[in-house]
Parts: sequence; structure tokens; C-alpha cells
Amino acid sequence: MSEGLNIIVCIKQVPATTEVEIDPETGTLKREGIESVINPFDEYAIEESIRLKEKYGGIVKVVTMGPPMAEQALRDAIAMGCDQAILITDRVFAGADTWATSLTLARCIDKLKPYDIVLCGLKTTDGDTGQTGPELAEHLGIPHICYVNRILGIDNGVMRVTRALDDGVETLESNLPLLLTVTKEINHPRLATLKGRLLAKRAEIKKFTLKEIGGDPKEYGLSGSFTRVIKVFTPSPPVSGEVMEVDPEIAAQKIFEKLVEIKVI
Amino acid sequence: MEDFEVIRIDLEKCSGCGICVSACPFGSIEMVENHPLIKEDCRLCGSCVSACPLGLISLVESSKKGDVEQYKGVAVFAEQRGGVIHPVAYELLGKGKELSKQLNEPLYAVLLGCGIKEAAGELAIRGADKVYVYDDPMLREIREDPYADVLSKFVKEEKPSIFLIGATAIGRSLGPKLAAKLRTGLTADCTGLEIDPETKLLKQTRPAFGGNVMATIICPDSRPQMATVRYKVMKEAEKNSDSKGEIIEKKMDYKGISDRVKILDFQPAKETVSIVDADIVISGGKGLGEAKGFRLLEELANIMDGAVGASRPTVDEGWIDYTHQVGLSGKTVRPKLYIACGISGAVQHLAGMKTSDYIIAINKDKEAPIFKVATLGIVGDCYEVLPILQKKIMEYKKNGKLR
Repeated sequence: MSEGLNIIVCIKQVPATTEVEIDPETGTLKREGIESVINPFDEYAIEESIRLKEKYGGIVKVVTMGPPMAEQALRDAIAMGCDQAILITDRVFAGADTWATSLTLARCIDKLKPYDIVLCGLKTTDGDTGQTGPELAEHLGIPHICYVNRILGIDNGVMRVTRALDDGVETLESNLPLLLTVTKEINHPRLATLKGRLLAKRAEIKKFTLKEIGGDPKEYGLSGSFTRVIKVFTPSPPVSGEVMEVDPEIAAQKIFEKLVEIKVI
Repeated sequence: MEDFEVIRIDLEKCSGCGICVSACPFGSIEMVENHPLIKEDCRLCGSCVSACPLGLISLVESSKKGDVEQYKGVAVFAEQRGGVIHPVAYELLGKGKELSKQLNEPLYAVLLGCGIKEAAGELAIRGADKVYVYDDPMLREIREDPYADVLSKFVKEEKPSIFLIGATAIGRSLGPKLAAKLRTGLTADCTGLEIDPETKLLKQTRPAFGGNVMATIICPDSRPQMATVRYKVMKEAEKNSDSKGEIIEKKMDYKGISDRVKILDFQPAKETVSIVDADIVISGGKGLGEAKGFRLLEELANIMDGAVGASRPTVDEGWIDYTHQVGLSGKTVRPKLYIACGISGAVQHLAGMKTSDYIIAINKDKEAPIFKVATLGIVGDCYEVLPILQKKIMEYKKNGKLR
């Protein structure tokens, strides 16, 4: 703490759109020309990590697990202001569910000790689970706080935050190290500067494969996953009722009759 | 690590036809030197396995094998605040009853809190065969640390085969911590749950890619099979005073219970019209044309004791507050009646309201997708139809409900 904070921010590269469609004839996802970006929720985690560094001093390490092309997401994070980047990549890690993903991230982050804060986005736009953050905290053996919408401050190794729940806002405090998942309310992510981009271009991206991560290959990827996707499909349109094109008086009467019929008035 | 494979392809017999490449929903197979190569972003969905005309592709089985046979019963986490059970728990009991019947196994509810004896009785009336209660000051507020530790002990002792948690904010924070602790799989935000008649496994269906795609997921080799379940999707268990559910008070054992995060303050959200709890939701979309359109909906909602909902574009435009937003990025509602006014019906919106009992849609565009889910669809202008409707309802109410 005396020399500032060691901050780790976890990100994921995702398709730039969620507007994926399934081709009704082949039953496959159409994905021509879809580019990859940093998961939008993770940009808030990156921004917050940089703000913490600016306030308390220290260093921000950005970590992702993914295919070699995910390197671009790390460079984009460096362009925003992260200091170091680690790409966890190995075919062994393919097909991981949130459990295996969080385990792999935890094994990597263990190698980056000591750290004070681990930041994650609320969820990803592709998988949409929001599970990797809290599972990661459990693997690391540290507490977690989800839905953080404001960091109030850090004092003597104790962090205070507020978080948004369904029915209100909690103010919480915990000793560091601590994992936070942050909401979109927490900040406005900055755009990369030209200087940042140039820095990012030249930055060294550390690669962690199974060799660096360690452990039995069976613990990772598909074989380390407990869940299995058995079917992917387009939601079926529900059965539709009557659709009528009539003048407003009749339309209102029809609706009115329906309301009486179903006893809501 | 080429020798470590998750999908096995018999390359010697492969004809290089490329059918697997087009069968892959994720674009994760490419042809290299006339042979398929599985890329790192493979999701192991198995589409290529069934697509290969020569049957040369197989999934390498997971190495996780637990003592699944010892686990029996369906357990439901009953979230509460201040001794009041969150209604999602009753929905979990409703679904849980169905699943437990199919499995011919018991249904449990597990309740943590402080001074919650009365709430426990409520769970028994709603059909839980056994209600396990941990009543302790340490559990007064829901905090992930002690809750996950206590629930982990519960699972290890009672060994339920299925464990369901409401996908509330708390549930989606607590669930993953518990699953990681128990070394088992967790499926997030499920909207469908069923038992596979052959394997007896829990088939968990959930939206991905913002609801554009649905995925069915299983957890074959570890227990319990855990899922967080979206609120307002499943039907609540009915009250039945004949239910003979047993209430079991569990002893709190502080050993191994962690308690690292302190709650300093809680500010309840301002009491707004809760679209989630309303029986009637009247929602507006871009078709209203301007913010003022919502006033028309508010008037109608007032006389019908309903709440006003909104589609995302209207919230983005600033016509109405986010708390009214229905859909994937807003709230899921399941009212008795949903009236969609000037809402075209994007997938994301439909995902948040299509399980409503009745849906009435008014839209000028007769091709609007909203009509596909509507019980009654009116092709027309809300500004013309709604005032007439409002008058009719007021007359009806004034005349003592005589037509």
C-alpha cells in the first residue's frame, strides 16, 4: 500500500454486436463481418482502475483469457491507461464455462501477487452471466462486492463503496484485497489518447500458456467445466392471437370487451 | 498443446468436405490444408459432431465425475429481507415442485435470516416438504460471505441434487460464490427448467447474446445442479394450508464462516410504481412519437390501477425514467395484462414481457413484431384508440360494473 495500489483488471473480448441471428435454413449463427471489441461493461472497470491509480498511485495490470486475437483488447486497454497486459492463451483453455474461466484467471492472478484490488465488469455482452467475477473472488480466497456504482475511498487498507441492489443502495466496507464488479453508473470511460495509442502499439503483451499458469490440463477449458451447452436456438415466437385493422371506436370496444372478459376492470 | 483436444476429428478419414465449417454456429472451424481446424473460441456446442456426414467428429468427455448418485431432492434458496420472503422464492417453489414430482424426490426450502420463524411457515404452506431454517443475528442482512458458507454447509449435509436461487441482484452475486465453493456448475438467469425424461438431468435454458439466442445447458457430472432463475418467469406455488411441510431449525456453527464485508448503510429505493409487481402494465414505445404520450398511458394506468412501462428507446430518448424500462436491459414483468402502445416489439423487449397472461398491442404498423405475441392486436393509432377506451372504462366503473 505504501507504494500505491496494485490493481488488476479483468476484461474479455466480445463480438461488437449482440444482434446475432440464426439462419433458419442451416440453424447456424450468422456472423459475417462482426468485429471484436472490449466487452462494453469492462471499459468501466478499466476506467475505474485508472482513476484509482491516478488518485492513490500504483500500477494497473490488465488480464484477459482468449484466443491470440484478444491481444487487441489488451492493447486498447493500455491505450486507455493500463500499465501492463497479460494474455492467457492456450488451446487447453478452450471451451471453458465460468467456473473453469474463473479458475484459470485465478491461477494467473495468483502469479501477479501482491495485489490489492481486482476489478471486473458487471457481465459480458455475449455470455451475459455476470458469474466470472464472484467465482474468481472465491477461487482467489478474497471477498467480492458486485454492482459497485461508487468507490467512496480507501483508508488504511479498508475500502468503502456503494452498490446498487434491486431494492436500494448499500454502503459497504471491506479490507483489501477485494474484488469488485462495477456498473455503468460508476464513471464515463475515457477515450484513448494518441499518445496512449502509440504506447499501446509498442507495449509488450505477456503471454501465459498452460506452462506459465501451471496445473493439470484437465482442470481447464472444457474438461475443467461443469456445465455443457447442449443446444443453441432462436427463441420461438409465441402463438399470436387476433390482429385487427378497424376504426378506433370498434378497436376500443374490442379492447374493452377483452378487459371485462379477463376480469381486470 | 496440440495433443490436448476437446473435440476429436479423425483427420485420416476426413474428406475435407467442409460441412462442419458451415455447421459451426460460432465460426470456430476453419479449413487448413483441406482439413478442419477447431479454433480457440470453440464453445463445444457439438453442432459439428452431428453435422459430419462421415461421423468422424466426437466430443472428448469431461473429466469431472462426482458422486452424483448420493444427491437427491430439489432445494430452493428463499431470499428474504427483514423477514419478508422475496416472491421469487415462491416461484422457485412452484417450479421446484414440478421438478421434484418428475424426479419423485423431495422439495426443500432453505431460509437464512434473523427472526424468521413466521416466514418459514409461509414456505411450508407453499409446498416445501422440508424448510431448513438458519436463524442467527449474523445472518440478519444478506451478505455473500456468511450466506455462501452456511449454504455450502447445508448442501454438504443435505445433498440436494438441484439447487435453485432467484436471479435477483443478491442471488446473482451469492450464487456464483456458492457454486465456486461447492465446485459445481451454475447456469445464470434461467428462463426455462425441465427434467430430461431419460437422463433425469436438469435442462437449463437461458438467453445469451442479449436474448437473440437461447442456450440449453446441463451440468452432468457434479452436484448440485445449480441455476439462478429469472424473477417473474416461473409461476408462483399456490398456498395450500393442508401442506404438511416440516420446519427444521438448523444449528448455526460459526466454524469456517467468513465475515469480511460490513454493511454500513442501506437506503431503500424510492417508492416508485413498481412495474414488476403490478397486475396491469401499460407500456409505451417510440410509436408514441413524444414524451407527452406517456401522460395518456399514465391516465389510463391510474384508472386501471396499473403501472406504466416503457421500451428502451423511449428511455434512451429521456421520455421516461429507466425504472420503467421493460426488457432484457430493464425489468422482466409478468402481469395479468400487458398493453403495448406504439411498441414495435424488438426481441429484447419481448424477452421482458412475453410471459404476461394477456398482451394487447396497439401499433400503426401492421407488420410490427409485437403482434406476433399479442393476444389481441389493434392496427391503429394509440392517440385515437386510448381516449375512447379510457371513456368506456370510466363509464363502466361509474355504472357499477354494469354494461
